[in-house]
Amino acid sequence: MTYIAKPKLHHKAIAVNALGFTHRDYEGRISTLCAGCGHDSISAALIQACFELSIEPHRVAKLSGIGCSSKTPDYFLGQSHGFNSVHGRMPSVLTGANLANRDLIYLGVSGDGDSASIGLGQFAHCLRRGVNMVYICENNGVYGLTKGQFSATADKGSRSKTAVNSDSPIDLVSMALVLGASFVARSFSGDKKQLVPLLKAAIAHRGSAILDVISPCIQFNNNPQSTKSYDYVRAHDEAVNAVDLIEPREEITVDYAPGTVEEVRQHDGSVIRLAKLHPDYDPHDRVAAISYLQERHRAGEIVTGLLYLDPEAKDLHDNLGTTAKAPLNQLGEKDLCPGSKTLEKINARYR
Amino acid sequence: MQPLAATNDFVVKFANINGSGSASANELFARCILRMGVPVASRNIFPSNIQGLPTWYEVRVSGEGWLGRRGGVDMMVAMNPQTWDKDMAEVEPGGYVVYDSTKPMPVSRFREDVTVLGVPLTLLSNTLEGTLPRERQLLKNIIYLGALSSLLDFDPAVVEGLIGNQFKGKDKLIALNMKAIKLGHDYAAEHLAGKCQLKVENADMVGDRIFIGGNDAAGLGAVYGGATVCAWYPITPSTSVAESFSKHCKALRVDPESGQNNFAIVQAEDEIAAIGMVIGAGWNGARSFTATSGPGISLMQEFFGLAYSAEIPAVIIDIQRGGPSTGMPTRTQQSDILSVAYASHGDTKHVMLFPEDPHESFEFAAQAFDLAERLQTPIFVMMDLDIGMNDWLCKPLHWDDSRKYDRGKIMTREMLEAGTEFGRYLDVDGDAVPFRTLPGVHPTKGAYFTRGSSHDAYARYSEEGSVYIDITQRLLRKFETAKTLVPAPVLRPAKAPTRWGAIYFGSSSVAMDEAMETLEEHGLHLDTLRVRAFPFADEVAEFVRAHDQVFVVEQNRDAQLQKLLITECGLEPSRFVSLLHYDGTPITARYITGMIAGRMATIRKDAAE
Repeated sequence: MTYIAKPKLHHKAIAVNALGFTHRDYEGRISTLCAGCGHDSISAALIQACFELSIEPHRVAKLSGIGCSSKTPDYFLGQSHGFNSVHGRMPSVLTGANLANRDLIYLGVSGDGDSASIGLGQFAHCLRRGVNMVYICENNGVYGLTKGQFSATADKGSRSKTAVNSDSPIDLVSMALVLGASFVARSFSGDKKQLVPLLKAAIAHRGSAILDVISPCIQFNNNPQSTKSYDYVRAHDEAVNAVDLIEPREEITVDYAPGTVEEVRQHDGSVIRLAKLHPDYDPHDRVAAISYLQERHRAGEIVTGLLYLDPEAKDLHDNLGTTAKAPLNQLGEKDLCPGSKTLEKINARYR
Repeated sequence: MQPLAATNDFVVKFANINGSGSASANELFARCILRMGVPVASRNIFPSNIQGLPTWYEVRVSGEGWLGRRGGVDMMVAMNPQTWDKDMAEVEPGGYVVYDSTKPMPVSRFREDVTVLGVPLTLLSNTLEGTLPRERQLLKNIIYLGALSSLLDFDPAVVEGLIGNQFKGKDKLIALNMKAIKLGHDYAAEHLAGKCQLKVENADMVGDRIFIGGNDAAGLGAVYGGATVCAWYPITPSTSVAESFSKHCKALRVDPESGQNNFAIVQAEDEIAAIGMVIGAGWNGARSFTATSGPGISLMQEFFGLAYSAEIPAVIIDIQRGGPSTGMPTRTQQSDILSVAYASHGDTKHVMLFPEDPHESFEFAAQAFDLAERLQTPIFVMMDLDIGMNDWLCKPLHWDDSRKYDRGKIMTREMLEAGTEFGRYLDVDGDAVPFRTLPGVHPTKGAYFTRGSSHDAYARYSEEGSVYIDITQRLLRKFETAKTLVPAPVLRPAKAPTRWGAIYFGSSSVAMDEAMETLEEHGLHLDTLRVRAFPFADEVAEFVRAHDQVFVVEQNRDAQLQKLLITECGLEPSRFVSLLHYDGTPITARYITGMIAGRMATIRKDAAE
């Protein structure tokens, strides 16, 4: 029902956040995706996460590539600048935008075709560089806009209505671990309870945060033989932990039994609280995480939760030693132009 | 055969082996002559190789100040046995060959009409006590520089001064290198006195000019032009642009208080990512650029279309090389003109600037950032390997301190707060350039969605035919605005009225200057026009219409600029005569003169019959 504009009126008693915004202030245009699309649930989760974090919508830049997932930035945070770029190339555009202004929050939205096929290179390199961003891959295993071709994340043997996928799948989460991402998580669009806190934690994290969100394609890949269908993911979802983000202003009140909860302080003072669901899983051990993921994948499980976190990570600006005085896009002649006298001296060196 | 005799007017070519350390000695040679007030034009001719393959360095000494390649070699410093025969054959009759005579060479390997000047370089280098073999290899180059300084009568004070500069602060090296200079010099003075009649004499023809490479100058231009983001991928011959930007930023752009950088340089994973970053940064309000060459231009096509359509500032410095495909990566051409003019799928047109030398490379690189932000579109600075990777004698770089960056039409928080209407693609001023906002500007106003897909004046997605036509027509009008902002063409009228004209651009300039004077001396008059930008100013078409025949001098096979002139200005193809040079070496005045004189003679003969 994409042609009906959603009225802006709302109930008087609707919740407001610290900025006085309601969640409606974080919405965007009406989605043009299919009814029941997992991607819309992710947009809703993003809206809720930003609302709960009291983020000023205009301090967010949302960037995407091309595909169904890449359309979604139009459907949340209508007061944020958005950029629907080139297929598979969101990471480079986001990197450039981030270089220009380190002070905004960068949401990169991509899909499995965009990230794992045409854009695998850029996916890899932006994580290597530690670009400070939240990279969300809305992963449904198929190309939706071109009507159902398999993507590179489709499991071997997975079936669509007309074909069987015989290629090995690319696991973006395992790749992200190898490539040095400092926040790695996997979730499911059908599990908002898990997804919203993960998004909040990813936003609070400084560094490259990647969320691989299994997001079933209702139209082309929700059949019983697909490993990216709602039913399949629900049946095989194994969460290693439950995450909660406690913002700096909140008081930590609840007591937990020792060993069941870990609290990790972030750069911005917030705390990620991790309730362990698998007692042996250590989200600070990159190597163990890779091996655990491979093992559970072999057993047919889809491991979700916060899989890896390095709260001390350095971001690209730290590595480049970029000035903290002001974002690069705010520097003027005074800081940038060395002037004619200096040029005279330079000329003299070339004589 | 009478040995060649010339003062301040000859060509010396050094035949070396790549990686033998000859480059700095050869550059010192050129600088010695410059310091004596005599103009030189130097060119590296090098292979796509790091060590072992032949490499040449050619120095044209020209008291008259001609800076193009002359063609021909008067003295060969033959240091590479691999290319001996070819090098020997290249020397003009009556010319000279300088070689390492440590091992005797059979007479059959020399030419009778060439004066052989043997210097036992290896032997002499072995007398330098306390040096390692690798050092002696390097010092051999300095020894031949010493020998040449005697043969050509260099001012010893100049040589000593330059060595002092080169190794400033390293007294041991200064002493060692001066010792090597003396070895070569004294050997030549004792054994070869009076044998060489090529001489350099002090003159006053250099003035305040500088000797700089175009890539170096362009990188510095980007610093002065306010670039803060550089994303690039290594590719010959453009790599040294990014290296220059980095070098000058480290010297000039580190915040004195915090020690932090007022710039960000990222070596991307490929050219696609490089241009993506440039566009992302440009979208977000930073002045950003990339430097690349033909293959990079090919890879960036899709992004050029995005930046054109979504109207995002970007600067691309294209150091052209021989194409297509890998082509001749270490040879020069002007062969990306058409692929840049209409880069990307769909209907596009892009702004190109054509600097003629390093001086203009600096100027246009800096100006490109103003143009990119004013026009909100990619700006291409079209250089080539000849300008980029060779040191050229050119006017000193100039900056006017009253100059302010033109950041273009950016709608500020204050304007939005005051209720100014914002439509991202709305032509409010009639110049077809809309206002843009930068992300984060205002809590409730000014946000918009950028996309490569068709959109209306308010940046809303639309596949409505009329909306699409409105936007694409406005982009055409914006190109008309560009016409008024880009560097104007330079007209040089002939000394006598003529129906002949010549159009040229970029690095052909130095050869053209010389060719025109030679032709004039022979009574052949042509008006010339140096094109400095695309879109073409109206004067360009007027110039063509004012002449019966117009030569278009280009360094490519397909007469790309000429085609662009015909297409964009609606000119009759029959007015043009293509003058094309595309073997990978820089075009010479001799070549131009020969082609033009030949054509003019044919036409005159036809007319007489």
